[in-house]
Amino acid sequence: MLSEVEIKKLALKANDVRQTIIQMLAEAKSGHTAGPLGMADIFAALYFHVMKHDPKNPDWADRDRLMLSNGHITPVRYAAMAHAGYFPVEECMTLRKFGSRLQGHPERDMLPGVETTSGPLGSGVSQAAGYAYAARLDGKRFRVFCLTSDGEHGEGNTWEGVMFAGKYRLSNLTQIMDRNNIQIDGNTEDIMPLEPLADKYKAFNWHVIEIDGHSMREILDTCHEVESIQDRPTLILAHTTPGKGVEEIENDYRWHGNPPGKGPTDKIPADKQKEVFLQRLAEVRERIENS
Amino acid sequence: MLNPDAKLDANLFEKPTMASSREGFGKGVVEAGKADERVVVLSADLSESTQAHHFQKEFPERFVQVGVAEQNLATVAAGMANYGKIPFFTSYATFSPGRNWEQIRTTIALNNVPAVCCGMHAGLLTGPDGATHQALEDLAMMRALPNMIVISPCDSEEGRKAVIAIAKSGKPAYLRFAREKTPVLTTAETPFEIGKAVVFWRSDLQKFGGQTSNKVAIFTTGPLSYLTLHAARELEKESIAVTVINVHTLSPLDTDTIVREASNAGAVVTFEEHQLSGGLGGAVAECLAKNAPLPIEMVGVQNRFGQSGGAKDLIKEYKLDVPDIVAAAKKAISRAKK
Repeated sequence: MLSEVEIKKLALKANDVRQTIIQMLAEAKSGHTAGPLGMADIFAALYFHVMKHDPKNPDWADRDRLMLSNGHITPVRYAAMAHAGYFPVEECMTLRKFGSRLQGHPERDMLPGVETTSGPLGSGVSQAAGYAYAARLDGKRFRVFCLTSDGEHGEGNTWEGVMFAGKYRLSNLTQIMDRNNIQIDGNTEDIMPLEPLADKYKAFNWHVIEIDGHSMREILDTCHEVESIQDRPTLILAHTTPGKGVEEIENDYRWHGNPPGKGPTDKIPADKQKEVFLQRLAEVRERIENS
Repeated sequence: MLNPDAKLDANLFEKPTMASSREGFGKGVVEAGKADERVVVLSADLSESTQAHHFQKEFPERFVQVGVAEQNLATVAAGMANYGKIPFFTSYATFSPGRNWEQIRTTIALNNVPAVCCGMHAGLLTGPDGATHQALEDLAMMRALPNMIVISPCDSEEGRKAVIAIAKSGKPAYLRFAREKTPVLTTAETPFEIGKAVVFWRSDLQKFGGQTSNKVAIFTTGPLSYLTLHAARELEKESIAVTVINVHTLSPLDTDTIVREASNAGAVVTFEEHQLSGGLGGAVAECLAKNAPLPIEMVGVQNRFGQSGGAKDLIKEYKLDVPDIVAAAKKAISRAKK
């Protein structure tokens, strides 16, 4: 059981990650804002507490693997990796620029630690399942985490992978779904209803745990609890708030694919967006520190 | 005459051994599995017709059934290859790489992991199945991908060797196999190296008084290649000197051999059981347009879909027969002389 002090440290890490996300997206003038902000707590938990990994030795054979299926939220991964020590935080500012290792969508061959190339949606669960299957064949003990979006559950490939992992009872595979209810064109239940997601996964022979994706304690406890599930893969259905930390953009699907400076201007003018976003995150930080 | 260096089967004209190239896959992948325990085989509910069942029998623990799900087939294989396995994933070519091409592009080719797509029932001769099951575009789709080795074996034995060579290569690859039994041209001694075309037939110029202007180079790929050897015999009877080159690897293309043999002949024919666009004809044309512009006649499927039918009827209907190759050779030579 982690102490309140340690939980607070992780919440502050998540805040660091969020600030870097805003800075790198503003610098890139391109990229996705809502998803990365929404997943910052989970990435902070994974990189700073849950996963066994070594930033100085990204190819360490026994590391836990993190396969990111919805590659477009990669700024949160890059920011978490940088803060964990994989590369300098300043390199985050090269995101989406010519010659950068930080491609707009992550590429395995470009940046050590990225694990797999992604962007086209719906292929992550299958890849992670194949990886977990192969690792189990060799008696490996590491865990395979697959992070997915809710919107990509429109892809048939996702459900093919879910069925496969269920059949083979891949208990070394843990999926964390970013259930933020938005996708590019609108709210998920308007675009193509996904519910009842938990029941669907249970019907495919997965263990399902629903959590508040912003409660650091719930995230950590659940990741720990999952290790005791030995007969099937687990879905952590993480309810998150897209744009978390910047109240003006929270839950607004229009911020799915826009960077600060290029998003909707009805609440904050374009030239003030970066500044206001960072200000909001600084306020959140203050609240965490004083809690 | 048959090129002695190719060590082809001496009986291939009169009493050929008949086997399908997919049978070569079945044998080769068991051998590869014995040689390297990282080899695994994935099946999408077609284990027997893809010949994956031989591996399943030999190595049940390394055989993975994914069901009717070709996108999953490719991406599970990608994950296994990323981990460190050497997965051969098997289905019909119209479905894999047909249906799962984007998954192959992103998670295998761009990811640069050694998963091997094995497309069976490629070409026209899928028996009675009809157009839905006749992959005639697969070489074009796969040849366009960076990092991807593309091999179209000419017979069962070459198919076996291709599987073994690819298992050792550590590269993403596409292997194309056919359903129909066709003459086995090559032997265990026939050289096989990824990316190296092999001269199967070379006319003895002594017969032509040391030299002749009636020369043609025929580039061929796949299990109907035996027809080009029959055509070569016919052409020689009509005093035309022929070189037949088996281009088993379409990517990376053996441009040195293609340019050399095409330039020596001065006239070129390509032959394949595939659409003319983007297949061997397209590859040779791209190569020669840049390096040695020469008249090229392409024999292949001419922008049509297939249909149900037996081998003989399909070969005739789609103009892939010996007389079609002979006519194309004569036309290329006459164009070269203009």
